Amino acid sequence: MRYSGFRVIKEALTGHKGWQPAWREPEPKAKYDIVIIGGGGHGLATAHYLAKVHGIRNVAVIEKGWIGGGNVGRNTTIIRSNYLLDGNEPFYEMSLKLWEGLEQDLNYNAMVSQRGIMNLIHTDAQRDAFVRRGNAMILNGADAEYLDLAQIKKEYPFLNFDDARFPIKGGLAQRRGGTVRHDAVAWGYARSADSHGVDIIQNCEVTGFRIENGTCLGVETSRGFIGAGKVASCVAGSSGHLMAKAGMRLPIESHVLQAFVSEGLKPLIPGVITFGAGHFYVSQSDKGGLVFGGDIDGYNSYAQRGNLPVLEDVCEGGMAIMPMIGRARVLRMWGGIMDMSMDGSPIIDRTHIDGLYFNGGWCYGGFKATPASGFTYAHLLARDVPHPTAAAYRFDRFAKGRMIDEKGMGNQPNLH
Amino acid sequence: MIINHPLLGPRDSAEFVYMGDASLIDRPDPDTATPEDWHAYAYLRENVAGDMQELWFHEGGDRSWLVVTRNTLTHEISSVALARDVARAKGRSK
Repeated sequence: MRYSGFRVIKEALTGHKGWQPAWREPEPKAKYDIVIIGGGGHGLATAHYLAKVHGIRNVAVIEKGWIGGGNVGRNTTIIRSNYLLDGNEPFYEMSLKLWEGLEQDLNYNAMVSQRGIMNLIHTDAQRDAFVRRGNAMILNGADAEYLDLAQIKKEYPFLNFDDARFPIKGGLAQRRGGTVRHDAVAWGYARSADSHGVDIIQNCEVTGFRIENGTCLGVETSRGFIGAGKVASCVAGSSGHLMAKAGMRLPIESHVLQAFVSEGLKPLIPGVITFGAGHFYVSQSDKGGLVFGGDIDGYNSYAQRGNLPVLEDVCEGGMAIMPMIGRARVLRMWGGIMDMSMDGSPIIDRTHIDGLYFNGGWCYGGFKATPASGFTYAHLLARDVPHPTAAAYRFDRFAKGRMIDEKGMGNQPNLH
Repeated sequence: MIINHPLLGPRDSAEFVYMGDASLIDRPDPDTATPEDWHAYAYLRENVAGDMQELWFHEGGDRSWLVVTRNTLTHEISSVALARDVARAKGRSK
């Protein structure tokens, strides 16, 4: 069933009796060409592009809980491509271009809103660094714009421009950045993959891999063995836990990142504001809630909740840069589990086990990467060679000294 | 989280810097280690969902290194020891 404005009107006039479930609930088959572990944004996107771009339809996405119940439902919905390094910027710009065409591709309203993102600048050195970043973005076909103080005062008059420690001196804007309705991303990809014949199997937990003579033959699950020509792990957040079942240690730690939403307010914040120096960023959802967050808690965690010191730190940052936020009440807070990698960049690669593939290590940049992650992972799975745009995201980059370390922090995951 | 320091008693975890998987204590022997050993030591980590041994550095306190056994699903801390004692028990620094 195609969705359209005409269909909405027709259903409204006929009592909404014609809507169909957006995807089936099939029983798992004995064997698939490709089994994708993880029904989050990245796994469902991978299935969509495998079917639509590569014509591979004998595919299952298996999910421990319900689809979209992990990080694609627990993020702050921001999309952007404001990276510096060669290994990253073309990939995230590819992702942003895919976001721009996503709704037509999926025939699904994902509420892609290019309301713009702005990073605040407080010192001359920071201005140099951000201008350099902006130039790198432009060289890679993205958009970037330096904002002076007068422009920021016009667009965001409510900010605290004269904070003693971090006075605002300028900003780097990406007008094409913005926000997307995150659940709709999972649902739209799921509906499209399902319509191409992909089986989406929920409430099916992977309990182990069947590996013989260095080849992965399928996965053991809570609903029995499922054979596979190729097995594709796509469970960022739980990568370490899952891949340990295949005997692998990863260059990844799992950390908890918290986010917060205020009560609904009238339209207030036009775009996304990041105050990196104060560990705070904020945007306003279409429902009116201020969606904000800051740093990870900093210790390994698989609990989808954080602790209070980070809440205090984030709220202090908010009060420092945007004092009016003190009038709003926090309505909800939650935590998501991040694959924090050793250089802050992701991995999309084969493993040393034939037939077992890996996608993870997204740190806290996974949501915006969803389309490009699925697109390039599907390419790797279909053709057994990395997509040129994701060719830097290999396991061996640490052994070879080719880290993609945007912040220059080294191999300490909680600093990325 | 409260870390029960073996010398100082209960301390707020915010006083500490987190350094992750306590297998960092097991540094390869520079005389015999291969590049693969160093790669595994520098970049690969245990990432346990459950009880995990971790290094915490008491930067805002007595600057001691601790090995904390903590459950990564519940954040519950079950034991705390000085990293020095753990390393010596493994035969290091003799």
